[in-house]
Amino acid sequence: MDNSLTNRRSFIKKMAMLSAMAAAATMFPGIMFASEQEEGLPKGKDLDWKKTPCRFCGVGCGVLVGIENGKAVAVKGDPKSPVNKGLCCVKGYHSVISIYGKDRLTHPWVKKNGKYVKTTMKEALDLIASKMQTTIKEHGKDSVSIYGSGQWTIPDGYVASKLFKGCIGTNNVEANARLCMASAVTGFMTSFGIDEPMGCYDDIDHANAFILWGNNMAEMHPVLFSRILDQRQKRGVKIIDFATRTTRTSMASDKSIIFKPQTDLAVANAICYEIINNGWVNKSFVEKHCNFKKGLTDMGYGLEDNYKFKDKPEGINFEEFKTFLEDYSPEKVEKLSGVSAKDIKYMAAYYGDPNVKVMSLWCMGPNQHTRGTWMNNLIYNIHLLTGKISTPGNSPFSLTGQPSACGTVREVGTLTHKLPHGVVMNKKHREHAAHIWDVPVENIPSKPTYHTVEMFRALDRGDIRFMWIQVTNPMVTMPKLKRYRDATKKEGRFIVVSDIYPTPTTDIADVILPSAMWIEREGMYGNSERRTQQFDQLIDPPGEAMSDTWQLVEVAKRLGFEKQFYYKEENHIEEIYNEYRRHHEGKKHNMAPYEVLKSQPGAQWPYVDGKSTKWRFNAEYDPACSNGKDFHFYGKPDGKAIIWQRPYEPAPEEPDNEYPFWLCTGRVIEHWHTGSMTRRIPVLHKAVPHAYVELNPEQAKQMQINTGDKVKLTSRRGSVVLPASVSERGVPVKNSVFVPFFDENLLINDITLDAFCPISKQPDYKKCAVKVEKV
Amino acid sequence: MPIKSYLAHPLEGKKTELIKAISDISQCEVIPAENEDVVIIVTETNTKDEEEKLKEQLEAIGSLKLLALVSGFNTPIK
Repeated sequence: MDNSLTNRRSFIKKMAMLSAMAAAATMFPGIMFASEQEEGLPKGKDLDWKKTPCRFCGVGCGVLVGIENGKAVAVKGDPKSPVNKGLCCVKGYHSVISIYGKDRLTHPWVKKNGKYVKTTMKEALDLIASKMQTTIKEHGKDSVSIYGSGQWTIPDGYVASKLFKGCIGTNNVEANARLCMASAVTGFMTSFGIDEPMGCYDDIDHANAFILWGNNMAEMHPVLFSRILDQRQKRGVKIIDFATRTTRTSMASDKSIIFKPQTDLAVANAICYEIINNGWVNKSFVEKHCNFKKGLTDMGYGLEDNYKFKDKPEGINFEEFKTFLEDYSPEKVEKLSGVSAKDIKYMAAYYGDPNVKVMSLWCMGPNQHTRGTWMNNLIYNIHLLTGKISTPGNSPFSLTGQPSACGTVREVGTLTHKLPHGVVMNKKHREHAAHIWDVPVENIPSKPTYHTVEMFRALDRGDIRFMWIQVTNPMVTMPKLKRYRDATKKEGRFIVVSDIYPTPTTDIADVILPSAMWIEREGMYGNSERRTQQFDQLIDPPGEAMSDTWQLVEVAKRLGFEKQFYYKEENHIEEIYNEYRRHHEGKKHNMAPYEVLKSQPGAQWPYVDGKSTKWRFNAEYDPACSNGKDFHFYGKPDGKAIIWQRPYEPAPEEPDNEYPFWLCTGRVIEHWHTGSMTRRIPVLHKAVPHAYVELNPEQAKQMQINTGDKVKLTSRRGSVVLPASVSERGVPVKNSVFVPFFDENLLINDITLDAFCPISKQPDYKKCAVKVEKV
Repeated sequence: MPIKSYLAHPLEGKKTELIKAISDISQCEVIPAENEDVVIIVTETNTKDEEEKLKEQLEAIGSLKLLALVSGFNTPIK
């Protein structure tokens, strides 16, 4: 047989195999084959497969990384992981390639006379410590700050909080998770008095209907969406996509319902109206387990510097709540929202039917919202009124976007008002933290300082003089970006940036520290379902790259805190974790022992008597329930959850004659956040090489704009020119456009608005007004 | 020379047994799903008769519940 024939036969065999794989994928959504996963590997590879959570997104898939000769060469889904059951998304499969970009930062750089000079880690850390000392001496403790992220591992965030809050004595600790899930936190705190979802991903296997609130799961949480599609295949579950534009999720759903931006507030209230007026309220549940409250309204949008807001909750009764909802009949809300009364009733009927188990899922839509806390409250209202909560399949589930937004930012508490257990405003919580940290309690200030937007405003004003940024890229992600980029360039500011690649944020740094990435160091992440997942150091970091944890420990020692930062380099991660666990001791938040985390693909807190807790607040599953009833919302002193009266209020900036389009920003499946890692993965970069603006096809035709044409978007903050995308991935409704934010060369955040939810302080990246012009 | 691909569904709990049984047949390549109870079989035979016999042999495997043809190709011998 000649070579060409052999090649042809080999090709046909491959075709036959791919046809079968495609057929299998239709029958079993999310199905994976070993040969597909290992395709492209040279024959004879003798790989050592090691477990780790995935580096990207908040789903927290368990992956196995194949190591050969000290290099990570392959990834496959971990079949033992209860999160993804062997599945993996396109980012996960290619994740290890992002470790080996040609321009990895391997040595520190210090800016001298306007030029970056290569230096040693020792010199760079000495300089940072010395600069912090002089800044504190000249401008006070609150002039130094740290800004991290939901990609910080648990030990990274823990030592940052301990150093700044416990040792230095400033609450200037924030993280980019403020930009993505702060409203989820305040939603939980106001409704339940304790953070994070009561349910878990197992709810997917029990629910009959899935209502996605502004959540493009097919792209943002693809593995969980595959699990939902799998359930549709097996059990015929229904998927309803409730969104402001048509996406891949809409296309895969049973029903797509489009609403006008900001009117989700009204639609959620209309669903409550329907539940009450059709007699679908679970009266016994509500009487036993819920209180009703209302808060202040007309709060503003935080557009002014030093904006302050404090809610004043006030008890109301069921009748008052019912009267409030009279303004939200489906017929009235139809006019405001563009959602037909019939569709509102359709959604309400799923929630109202006692025989249907409903899972509500949301992420950035309700969270990046100037009334984000309210939106979270409203979704909980629906589940509380019907008693569809904390039982398998009945689950309001707030998803996260980053691998440890929950584990680090929310649980360790790397936000200005937070401590690992509790808040800085509470004396007992400060005493508890100070005791474990071995610092005088007076060290921890009792007042929060700056949330993220205000922290960058303080840098602009000069109230903050020193900022250390780790594992995040605010010079791409901050809203109204130009103001904050200019702030970093002002005289008398000193910026340290720890990262693995050059980014627009390292461009504004005075010191750049090379970080060890993901499996180049030991650590843990905590995902959306309260699952803490440990990973070992599997490979060596390049050059002098060092974990963010150890960078902070080294600086802490230089600042004179050797006693508090006693950790030994060889086992400091375990030591830090064991110390951290002490903050959460007790049945409500106990963390699994380190050896448990090492031995399995994660454990869910509260981890009590050797068991993860899957459904909190339900006495059948949660050992922390102690009121003798079937449910116990123990985050609140009286054990009851709160149903909040929260009205519809308009967005701070809506389209008008001058700026007639809504601008919504977001992500694409191929790229992780600002693309600093995924744009260095050739296959992902080729798939989506640059940002674009999605236009409504009919309007694009009227404006004679075709895909690829240059389009100028202008807001009151500035302009950006992008290539058009018409009838490609997503389809916006008329008078709205969508732009992904991953592209550092096309900075859409130069034109977004820095308005935020007054309660959560989370900015709204989904709504501002722009005009659209063909260039 | 026929090349065909099938989805083979094992009886409950018999996936490993099925994979082994198919792997023992020289004209078969087996690709198991990692996370579902299904395996792909790609067969390569010299003649149609041989192909028929192979199919009978596959269908006789005790751990097989269902064999579903997905694609079939014929290639010249030379």
